Amino acid sequence: MGIENLLLGFHVAITPYNLFVAVVGITLGTIIGVLPGLGGANGVAILLPLTFTMPPTSAIILLTSLYWGALFGGAITSVLFNIPGEPWSVATTFDGYPLARQGLGGQALTAAFTSSFVGAFFSIVLITFFAPLLAEIALKFGPPEFFAIQLLTFSSFVGLGGGSPLKSLVSILLGFILAAVGLDIVTGQLRMTFGLVDLMKGFDFIIAVIGLFGIGEILLSVEEGLSFRSARTGMNLRVVLDTWRILPRYARTFVRGSFIGFWMGFKPGGATPASFMSYAFAKRFSKHPERFGHGELEGVVAPETAAHAAGVAAMLPMLTLGIPGSPTAAVMLGGLIIWGLQPGPLLFKERPEFVWGLIASMYTGNILGVLMVLAFVPFFAAILRIPFAILTPVIVVVCAVGSYAVHSNMIDIWYMVIFGLVGYVFKKLDYPLAPLVLALVLGDLAENALRQSLIMSQGSLAIFVTRPIAGAITAVALLFFALPVLTPWWRRLRGAVVPAQGAS
Amino acid sequence: MRIADLVTASFLMLLGAIVVFDASRLGVGWSTDGPKSGFFPFWLGVLLIAACAVILVQAARRAGLAPFVTRAQAGPVLKVLWPAVALVVLTQWLGLYVSAGLYAGFYMRWIGRHSWLAVLALAILFPLATFFIFEKWFLVPMPKGPLEAWLGQ
Repeated sequence: MGIENLLLGFHVAITPYNLFVAVVGITLGTIIGVLPGLGGANGVAILLPLTFTMPPTSAIILLTSLYWGALFGGAITSVLFNIPGEPWSVATTFDGYPLARQGLGGQALTAAFTSSFVGAFFSIVLITFFAPLLAEIALKFGPPEFFAIQLLTFSSFVGLGGGSPLKSLVSILLGFILAAVGLDIVTGQLRMTFGLVDLMKGFDFIIAVIGLFGIGEILLSVEEGLSFRSARTGMNLRVVLDTWRILPRYARTFVRGSFIGFWMGFKPGGATPASFMSYAFAKRFSKHPERFGHGELEGVVAPETAAHAAGVAAMLPMLTLGIPGSPTAAVMLGGLIIWGLQPGPLLFKERPEFVWGLIASMYTGNILGVLMVLAFVPFFAAILRIPFAILTPVIVVVCAVGSYAVHSNMIDIWYMVIFGLVGYVFKKLDYPLAPLVLALVLGDLAENALRQSLIMSQGSLAIFVTRPIAGAITAVALLFFALPVLTPWWRRLRGAVVPAQGAS
Repeated sequence: MRIADLVTASFLMLLGAIVVFDASRLGVGWSTDGPKSGFFPFWLGVLLIAACAVILVQAARRAGLAPFVTRAQAGPVLKVLWPAVALVVLTQWLGLYVSAGLYAGFYMRWIGRHSWLAVLALAILFPLATFFIFEKWFLVPMPKGPLEAWLGQ
């Protein structure tokens, strides 16, 4: 079943127009990934309004290519400038930047790009085989199961997200509340508009993403004092080929990183912990753990493989269940709805050319991507030499243009500024932004699933426990929600038991 | 940091209260064909108030000495923020393209101290490029002002 579908997909992905779209997407994405203040999520958000007139398949290829490009771009700044463009590139700086300072930047970059490619490719192959199976299972899901999955998504932010669980919960609630503002499509009543016409349309997630991640990020980075101390690129064909000769030595690290990445990645917020975990494992199993942090090539391979495997794996739940695994995937999901596609398992049945075109474009996009970044690293690195006083206004104007383009409404640019301030304050106070965006995108879907479930059960919450699949998922979700409370209690219990044993 | 935490949590609690108030107006219970409009927002609001209450208590107990922003940090942040706000205000009167040119030129001269020639080049070329990419290529109209009207766009 898999192969002919994939061939159909390649038929769609390898048209001159779609390949051109992929190249444009990767170029823009890499630039966005390199620029401070612009990351994958808001790059996709800014470009989304421009895709309204494109055919949906080309539009999603543009956006996913942008995402791959942004992932590659993050590695460039981490290695050459010690600036992680995205949180999951942080671990790459540990060894990437020391390598670049020793004049081995070319090696580090080649290793980073190649690892990214390997990790991504591994996840794409798994998606090719698992996505149809998962979609097949998900076809049997009803509203209670979908609501239970939503619960699981958000519980993993609270329980596994790190940071303050309460603040994660507040971010989620705030996202849902913002999503509820405006017209209630079920009853036709206006909610939380307080008679203001501007509030009737509600809050658009695109503007929230541009403000929170775009403007907020610029404010944060100027506060930290932007200073680019660039190491030399030192990239040429000989370096690339020489590095490729060394890389097979790290075969185990590649495999480990890919598995960690895929496993962590299809759960929300997984890329960052995956990259750290992979780095920690590589260090523990290395024969020279003391070299890590001082410029060990394996320390670049491990986090990059895992981060990209996770980044791609985030597309799996988005495609099959309609639940995005990362803010960028959330914005893409919003795009699907705008293009008139219903995200979820039915997509495989109703629009196979879209789904398989997208999956095939992941192959072509990543192959094109790795070749393009390898060839044009010096060009992309040069972007960071543009003076700050030029870069800042350009980024702000691009964000404003992106916000206005959504509804051609002036108030949206104001919302962008307000969301920017909120993003700045929240980031400083450790309120995570990713769950807010996910909740804002999923708000209506989650509420409808909840309402329909309650209608099915005549208002009894027991429906989420008594149906077998929904019950199992709800149980795991409740466990995740309870984890922040249980963990200290469990530690205290063990801490109390262990000394007692020692005394006896 | 502690005060900022307290203020933010209190503000969010107030927001939660507004949500709960609006939800009770719409009805939080069961109507003939399912949950009423206010049902979902009501519980969101209640949970928000509860979570913020705990955050408030935790923050109040903690002795936080680190300030939210130091004076040295606040300067650069404001230097980015107020020109950006000015850009939005100007856009309302002059349209996006003219404002973007003025804003980029001003910022370049003020922060970067670039030569007037470079400033002028960016202030003219950047809005023009934006115009051709968005307005002409992608057909996304941007807010326009008197200059565009005079040019007949």
